[in-house]
Amino acid sequence: MLYQEAGQFSTRYADDRRLFRLRQDRLGLALLLAFAFGAVPFLGNDYWFSAILIPFLVLSLAGLGLNLLTGYAGQLSLGSAAFMAVGAFAAYNFELRVAGLPLLASFLLGGVVAALVALLFGLPSLRIKGFYLIVSTLAAQFFVQWALTKFSWFSNDNPSGVITAPKLEILGADFGSPAGRYLLTLGVVAALFWLGHNLVRSELGRNWMAVRDMDTAAAVIGIPLLKTKLLAFALSGFFLGIAGALWAFTYLGTVEPHGFDLNRSFQVLFIVIIGGLGSILGNFLGAAFIVLFPLLLSNLAGLLPAGLIDAGQLENLQKIVFGALIIAFLIKEPEGLARLWRRLRERARLWPLRY
Amino acid sequence: MSHPPSSPLLELQNISLSFKGVKAITDLSFAVAPGEICALIGPNGAGKSSLLNIINGVYRPQSGLIRFDRVEQRSMRPHAAAELGIARTFQNIALFKGMSVLDNVLTGRNLKRRSSWIEQALRVGRAAGEDDRQRAAAERVIEFLRIQPWRDAIVGRLPYGLQKRVELARALAAEPRLLLLDEPMAGMNAEEKAEMSRFIVEVNREYGTTVVLIEHDIGVVMGISDHVVVLDYGRKIGDGPPGEVRRDPEVIAAYLGTRH
Amino acid sequence: MEFFFEVLIGGLLAGVMYSLVAIGFVLIYKASGVFNFAQGAMVLFAALTFVSLLERGVPFWLAFLITLTTMVALALLIERAVLRPLVNLSPITLFMATLGLSYMIEGFAQALWGAQVHGLELGISDEPLEVGGMLLSQFDLFAAGTAAALVALLALLFNKTRIGLSLRAVADDPLAALAVGIRLQRIWAVVWAVAGFVGLVAGLLWGARLGVQFSLSLVVLKALPVLIIGGFTSIGGAIAGGLIVGAAEKLAEVYLGPFVGGGIENWFPYVLAMLFLLVRPAGLFGERAIERV
Repeated sequence: MLYQEAGQFSTRYADDRRLFRLRQDRLGLALLLAFAFGAVPFLGNDYWFSAILIPFLVLSLAGLGLNLLTGYAGQLSLGSAAFMAVGAFAAYNFELRVAGLPLLASFLLGGVVAALVALLFGLPSLRIKGFYLIVSTLAAQFFVQWALTKFSWFSNDNPSGVITAPKLEILGADFGSPAGRYLLTLGVVAALFWLGHNLVRSELGRNWMAVRDMDTAAAVIGIPLLKTKLLAFALSGFFLGIAGALWAFTYLGTVEPHGFDLNRSFQVLFIVIIGGLGSILGNFLGAAFIVLFPLLLSNLAGLLPAGLIDAGQLENLQKIVFGALIIAFLIKEPEGLARLWRRLRERARLWPLRY
Repeated sequence: MSHPPSSPLLELQNISLSFKGVKAITDLSFAVAPGEICALIGPNGAGKSSLLNIINGVYRPQSGLIRFDRVEQRSMRPHAAAELGIARTFQNIALFKGMSVLDNVLTGRNLKRRSSWIEQALRVGRAAGEDDRQRAAAERVIEFLRIQPWRDAIVGRLPYGLQKRVELARALAAEPRLLLLDEPMAGMNAEEKAEMSRFIVEVNREYGTTVVLIEHDIGVVMGISDHVVVLDYGRKIGDGPPGEVRRDPEVIAAYLGTRH
Repeated sequence: MEFFFEVLIGGLLAGVMYSLVAIGFVLIYKASGVFNFAQGAMVLFAALTFVSLLERGVPFWLAFLITLTTMVALALLIERAVLRPLVNLSPITLFMATLGLSYMIEGFAQALWGAQVHGLELGISDEPLEVGGMLLSQFDLFAAGTAAALVALLALLFNKTRIGLSLRAVADDPLAALAVGIRLQRIWAVVWAVAGFVGLVAGLLWGARLGVQFSLSLVVLKALPVLIIGGFTSIGGAIAGGLIVGAAEKLAEVYLGPFVGGGIENWFPYVLAMLFLLVRPAGLFGERAIERV
């Protein structure tokens, strides 16, 4: 009964359109945001900010970016990390070469450049369908990594292609401390999730799902396929690009093209699979899992007598368990953690009764 | 509509279509008058579905002309056909299975949108008021076809008969001038067929929508259509009012088999 | 001109090695519709098992036999634990499952045999051989010969045996095959086992070329553009695709590379495959289906 929805009727279409229809959900979100913005910066320590919360937030955003393309629009991509890299290096160059450019503007521009690159590699999607499309996203993956390493202009002539974050300052306020970087990341991620949530519930979001579920029928009812698919690529690239810029600026501080390799793309894909394809919440759940799981595993290994499992074996073990989990999820819960969460909520609706 | 008006809504002239050399439709011509219900009948493999696919641009014929509302075209494109006001349903239901009934119906209205995706994403400008209008229009169709109880259900989990109705709802949401229905009553029992027939006739009467439908149940066809076109092996073998077509010896032979 | 041909033939021969990996892919895709990303991990696992056995003093043929048995066991396990529960799910889901599978196999192979690089000596010298004024690698010629033998063997299996007939039936129409009493699961197991064998052969050749190490599993990334050019369902296509990619890659590196700073072999095959697709969306030999609605 805790989660009672009876008595909450939508009397206007606008009520149905709200971000969250139920009072409990709205209240929960408000509390969560208040806690994340107001309390966490004081409660958390540097380790939590730098090693857990910031990567969690950035990876959630990256998950959202890929989810728009794969979960909603149904276009499989193995090139997420490439678009993250483009966002990171573009934001770095804007910040470097345009004097006085505000930090947030460089994030935005980084996202826009990543969107344009994603658009370019999405162009074949009208003619190429299904698996054949992964060739285009893999081309993006390898080409971008090669170009960023090969042409040192992108990294301001750093010999190994490494870029370093500028001073994190907005309107004179310094966000350089771990808590500051956390707040900055949280603000950007929260704003983009609001945008992403609106997108998938708008006409465009419906068109994406229509193309995903059956593109011939979508064309027949007048959905412009090329525009719909290209917007999926571009917006996915935009979100991934900003995630990449955050990854470089607020999480790592310095980053090289190699940090955005194919394994990073897989990581983002796993977030989406584990969290739930076509779910907004799932991105957070998947990212939390990806960040926390290796920590949990190494802590568990730490409990064993010293020397029983070395770092190399731990990594192998992690790969095995990860692979097994992916398969287990696809078999048992193809809709991911988000589905498990929904079930839990159903329970809460009835609690303490069983039916 | 016993006297077709001088200019037909849809006119096909000498259409031929083949797949890798196999002829599906040969030199076919017929016209559909505005406001009529036209039934395409014929044995399986006669080319009926291919014909619908040509009318709304899924297939492009090798030769022939299509004239819709007096505008001549070599061939249609699905998107252009939708913009001209041609909507359709499919033989093997082509709904968006992962979406709710309401969302499916709303996709049918995508061409009626004026606000851009940016306005919708940022919830500014024309988006909000338009959302309400679109929703209201979708609700009208949902009410008309009596599928309100399933409004929020995921389409893939609904029974077959209901899915057929949702597909019709999606087509109607576009407020089409020409509605193409590919076996709208396939796999239905007598009661469901009667209900679906009533919906089709009501759409035709209330909104003046011209309907071209494919149907195997001759009883239904004779009952609701103003005009029947008979195909066999991709050729037209009959064309006229139901009563006339039914007496045509060639049609009877194709349908019942000639005794040699 | 002679230099051009030398590069071309060197590329063609290298392409054969790509085809070897691609053939394993095609077999599995044809029979079960699974786009098996784990093919690279299977190549790694086979090579690592084989070389580790050799290093422990097991004679060549016995090591080969043991590895082959292991691969067959692995195939049966995959069929039972992964494919069977996932049957009827979308191809994209199956593909993602093979991604998980490849993580598992890679982790397991390295946990079992360690992560160090092993040398593998097959007893073929890498001395260049002079043929008609051109220098060709003996090893490449041997690899090409092996590939030819393998393809002949597969052709025999598919065209002359009962299991081959069933397999072609399954590839053509799984439901109809089921209806005439073909046991789908057995076919899958056989195909995955054969793919394991192909992986072993590829693993030995690639291992002898590059050393047996983790990066061996990355050959899957070389095989992808090959498949896309050749089409997912044609062994002939896999061969042709391999030759095209091998030759184009070498020619591009020699003639185009210097202008853009070299190192283009990672992405060039993909861009090439993309261009191919824009002209022929189902690959060189793939059939383009007529859309039925």
